[in-house]
Amino acid sequence: MSFRRFLAIMQARNKEFWRDRAALAWNFIFPIMVIGGFAVAFSGDGPDLYKVGITDAEEHQKLHFETIRYIQFIPVSDLSDAIVKVERHQLDMLISPSTRQFWINKSSPAGYLLERLLNGSDEGFRREAVEGEGIRYVDWLISGILAMNLMFSALFGVGFVIVRYRKNGMLKRIKATPVTAFEFITAQVASRLWLLLSVSALVFLCTDLVLDFRMYGSYLDLLIVFALGAICLISLGLLIAARLASEELAGGLLNAISWPMMFLSGVWFSLEGVNPWLVKLAQILPLTHVIDGARAIMIDGAGLMEIMPNLMALVAMTAVFLIIAARTFRWE
Amino acid sequence: MSPFLQVDNLTRHYQGVKAVDGISFAIERGRCFGLLGPNGAGKTTTVEMLEGINEPTSGTILYQGRPLGRRFRDEAGIMFQTTALQDYITVHETLKMFQQMYPRTIPLPDLIESCSLGDFLDRDTRKLSGGQRQRLLLAIALVNDPEVIFLDEPTTGLDPQARRNFWELVQRIKQQGKSIVLTTHYMEEAYRLCDDIIIMDHGQIIAQGTPDALLAKHFAEVVLQLPAADFPASCPELEMQVSGDLVEILSSDLNHTIRRLIELKVSLAGLRIRQHTLEDLFLALTGRELRT
Repeated sequence: MSFRRFLAIMQARNKEFWRDRAALAWNFIFPIMVIGGFAVAFSGDGPDLYKVGITDAEEHQKLHFETIRYIQFIPVSDLSDAIVKVERHQLDMLISPSTRQFWINKSSPAGYLLERLLNGSDEGFRREAVEGEGIRYVDWLISGILAMNLMFSALFGVGFVIVRYRKNGMLKRIKATPVTAFEFITAQVASRLWLLLSVSALVFLCTDLVLDFRMYGSYLDLLIVFALGAICLISLGLLIAARLASEELAGGLLNAISWPMMFLSGVWFSLEGVNPWLVKLAQILPLTHVIDGARAIMIDGAGLMEIMPNLMALVAMTAVFLIIAARTFRWE
Repeated sequence: MSPFLQVDNLTRHYQGVKAVDGISFAIERGRCFGLLGPNGAGKTTTVEMLEGINEPTSGTILYQGRPLGRRFRDEAGIMFQTTALQDYITVHETLKMFQQMYPRTIPLPDLIESCSLGDFLDRDTRKLSGGQRQRLLLAIALVNDPEVIFLDEPTTGLDPQARRNFWELVQRIKQQGKSIVLTTHYMEEAYRLCDDIIIMDHGQIIAQGTPDALLAKHFAEVVLQLPAADFPASCPELEMQVSGDLVEILSSDLNHTIRRLIELKVSLAGLRIRQHTLEDLFLALTGRELRT
């Protein structure tokens, strides 16, 4: 391993990236547009339907309250989880008919209105106030969008580019020099990792200035999750690029991998409540672990220990991808 | 002492096709060695095996007595037939990148001067003309001050002016005592640049030697060309053939033939004498035109 040769290739690749204005703009503008668009689309007070969680939904005398229209009643099984949802404004109210208790968020106008409605229709409920800032959809979405951008940039920026280099003879030219496959690949990975993390950090900072995301965890932890995720996704890109020489085939394969990941890894919506089979499937997708880890840090203030299963999954997948990629790599 | 590059019984099969079929030759230090042949003859496959890019199916290649390895990589300069360069970086940055890959290198200013790159050093490599691009690729091949330089059809697709410029560069490299391996299907290029040639067809060597020796061996005669209009209807004793409005006379004794023409009172005002070329040789050896 010659550090000088590694650096030569990495620097050239960095220059190519920063000077390719169209691709660069796309890397920045696309995620900002998506985040901005959703921030606008989901601003305001949300849908005019109120959401009320109700415990023991089937086992009590129906309340008058439950006959009021335009309120969605959602059965809940775990009381403490549901209370957290009230804190986060994900539920406007939680009622427990068996214990005659209800919970609302002090800072929620919907909670206030629902309290008045409940008191007007049924008697004897005790008020339990909770506090907490609402989580906007964008707070939840930002991790997903950054991770999705990471995925596309890693898979296409490494996978597709190596296939292109192989097809147009650039890899052959490098092979004719003393540069080893290992030096070449690590230079590509390092270059892309550095670019991905700087682009992600910039997108985060720019959108955070306007949207002021909820961030309860540590920025360093968030960086670690994204770095591990980036390395894992770049390795996946390398695996796909290991020996393909057709850009069309590579493009198709990359799309076939990235699109299911985009939908199954919870970029746009939570997988809560979908078919358990899909939830299991999502666990084998690296993007799921990046997004779950990042969300846990940002929204729940989780530390590295709490998201260790996600981190370990990413490390394990990276190892598998890299080993297979290194074994199957061909210059031509 | 072992030869500079020694090739023995080299074979390369692609899915049952014998692209290179058991060829052997030796390349001497400091010479320009040419592989000639039509497209598909096996030139590029052969040269890529010599470069260590392509694995032979069987046979051996020895560089200064040893198999191709680390030392060969450091000491070989290679110019492929088609090479993509990294986009969005300049000529100067490209040279620097390749320079950093080798332990021993030529100072960049010397390289830029010798390959005449000075006028477009800061240009993006995507915006070079054909001739500029070939000169840059040659410079990349020379960046490690190589002992041996491989040029695979270096002037294909260049206009005549750019081709002549490129030949001059190669002549200068030869003068520095470097060994050169060149493939081409331009006979004129081979004739001007090469000290030794082999002619390949269907993966095999069909002729081998210095260009002049090959021509002398296969052609005893020179060709005299005269406008057909200046020619009498019949002239015995002369081996002649009409091609278009020219008459071509094959002559093994030029003095005798010209004396004979004067006796016949043929005007020599339009006379041209042509040597046989490698094109003729290829045609004679294979019955086919070279550039088909």
